[in-house]
Amino acid sequence: MKKGKTIVSLMALTLVAGLFSGCSSNNNTNNEASKNTGNGGTTEATATPADDTAAKDIKGNITVITQRTDIVDTVFKEYAAKFNEKYPDVKVSFEALATYEDQIKIRMSTSDYGDVLLLPTSIAIKDIPDFFEPLGKLEDLSKQYTGVEERAVNGMAYGIPMTINFNGVIYNKQVFKDAGITEVPRTPEQFSTALQSIKDKTKAVPLYTNYAAGWTLTQWEADLATVAGNRDYVNIGQVASDDNYVPGQPHYELYKVLYDAAQKGLIEEDPTTSDWESSKADLANGKIGTMVLGSWAIGQIKGLAANPDDVGFMPFPTNAEKVLVPLAGDYNLGVSIHSKNKEAARAWVDWFINESGYPTTEGGGMSPVIGAELPEILKQYEGTEVTFDTLAAAKAGEEGWSDEIDKQAEIGAWQPDFKKRIIEAAIGNRKESYDDIMKDLNDKWKAARAKVTAQ
Amino acid sequence: MFKFSNLSYKNQRIAIIFLFSLVPIVLLLTFAYYPVINMFRYSFTSWNGLSKNMEYIGFENYKTIFTNPEYFSVFKVSLYYFFTTFIQMGLALYFATILSFSVRMKNTFKGILFFPTLLNGVAIGFIFLFFFKPDGTLDTILNLLGLSGLQQKWLLNPNLINFSLAGASLWRYMGMNFLIFLGAISSIGKDVYEASDIDGANRWHQFIHIIMPSIKRILQLNLILAISGAIGVFEIPYVMTGGSNGSSTFVIQTVDVAFKYSKVGLASAMAVVLLGIVLLVTILQRVLIKEEK
Repeated sequence: MKKGKTIVSLMALTLVAGLFSGCSSNNNTNNEASKNTGNGGTTEATATPADDTAAKDIKGNITVITQRTDIVDTVFKEYAAKFNEKYPDVKVSFEALATYEDQIKIRMSTSDYGDVLLLPTSIAIKDIPDFFEPLGKLEDLSKQYTGVEERAVNGMAYGIPMTINFNGVIYNKQVFKDAGITEVPRTPEQFSTALQSIKDKTKAVPLYTNYAAGWTLTQWEADLATVAGNRDYVNIGQVASDDNYVPGQPHYELYKVLYDAAQKGLIEEDPTTSDWESSKADLANGKIGTMVLGSWAIGQIKGLAANPDDVGFMPFPTNAEKVLVPLAGDYNLGVSIHSKNKEAARAWVDWFINESGYPTTEGGGMSPVIGAELPEILKQYEGTEVTFDTLAAAKAGEEGWSDEIDKQAEIGAWQPDFKKRIIEAAIGNRKESYDDIMKDLNDKWKAARAKVTAQ
Repeated sequence: MFKFSNLSYKNQRIAIIFLFSLVPIVLLLTFAYYPVINMFRYSFTSWNGLSKNMEYIGFENYKTIFTNPEYFSVFKVSLYYFFTTFIQMGLALYFATILSFSVRMKNTFKGILFFPTLLNGVAIGFIFLFFFKPDGTLDTILNLLGLSGLQQKWLLNPNLINFSLAGASLWRYMGMNFLIFLGAISSIGKDVYEASDIDGANRWHQFIHIIMPSIKRILQLNLILAISGAIGVFEIPYVMTGGSNGSSTFVIQTVDVAFKYSKVGLASAMAVVLLGIVLLVTILQRVLIKEEK
């Protein structure tokens, strides 16, 4: 009995001690992190392993964190095996996070967030050097890869896109045929007419918004450059203007397409209970006409289709002089500043981008390697007026401003909220009109821009 | 050598009590008080949640909240949940009273009523999403009953959405209220009922004159919990609608500000304001109830 008591009290003591030591070790790592930060900007870039003799020397254990919960135990295992043929002494383990963006942000406040991971899009660009190892000078890397400038800070690149996405409208060719649409609509008017004839002549839902899932609505924002018809607009033009949400401006015209479709009843019957997973199958099998998404969805939808050739891609409708399909990097792959095996981690990044085949196969987009060829689904646009191009980077000293103004204003260009508001207004659930919403957004933008530019 | 058993019984007792209470206290400090203190600290900064540097901006965040009516307009959604609370407590009290008398299959009914409380809130959100879908469970039931005329777009209609969501939350939390009432009612002695039976009281008289006065304190406690619950509604609307279509609550808005717009400082200030409101309501209630006495 007495012994029992002693044991219990010992256990209690251990637990308490464990708690305290847990806290203190955390403090230490935090201090370390802040020390590292000071040097972060000036550290020389880790050298790229050039040849196989060097590859043999690289060793260590690395943890790769990914968002692909679906293929982490299958495809990624194969990647690791192939990687080990070249780098036999590197042991790669994987960790997949289901809600990547939310979970990694919390983990990044500690020093334990893997060796290779994706740069979360929600961290401010200027904070990136506090968390990631520089991969090289932007000047050099941008000759090799597309899209590296998006997350570069002070001329250093911190990540390489896992794949290059293009955004627009994914549609079902059979539905278009049944509705008697012979030509892919180019302008918003033609698009609207096309949706109307899908409604009149077929049983398919003309435009599925995926309102309930929410994040799917953010895909519209990626088409801003197509509506503007100008690769400078998003990062340069937008930031320089106080009036982005007024009639005639790209944002206004872009979401007018959504509003008009919803108002005319050309969207799903009850958006509040729509389901993303089944919508992919419905588009594949002709129950849905169009969805506004990125190239990453094409592979998934084709995989569900009885006839994969029915799934087509078209640029977002625009009144601009030329049709520009913006290319944008998916998540960027980077190396943690706390990694103990930075060389091995870097080797994985280079191998994954260049040799794994991920960008075009699993990633579903284009390879970020400059000079890589267009994917099959885009071949029909070769030699037409449709051009594919990346967005121009912001002016020096204005990096990340469009994002900063957006957050300051609580507009949420890459959040679903105001798109939901537009749909709600269009179907009559809100008293405000489209112009009311846009005026409100513009006022917020104006006020926030004044604050951010004054800094 | 030091031996625990050499201590006097009194000292052993003190040592044991101290050690055992140390664990929950340390847990409480680490996971409740420490974060709250930090929250107060963040609420005076413009921190974005990740950046290494935290800029101190004084009461700027509080000024933003109190000068901008948008942040408070969502509180009217809480009213739906608040009024549902009375229905919830009424039902809980009704079931608790019935089941405290001898009823056939008493334990089965108790189980059925308490079951939702055991479920995870996220799972409940998904269950009710399916329940309210067009041609979902609710519409099917109405159809079977021949009431297909009552079918609605339960989550699409802006006049209905908050009733639908509050209904789901009623189902979720009634079990807990029910259990507390049941416990309180069970503590009333059998002899009181027997005496009242002899005096010719019926069930209704027993309820009004015996049960109600005996559980008055518990009733008040449940009311306080219900009101602070209504102010802090979160999981059901968050999982089911993400706060869209006019179903956003103050907590959802706080989470949005923190994680969608990376304004952790402002969101912390909002959380402090919410804490203040809940404290105020609780104190106010205590004072008012005491004066009635």
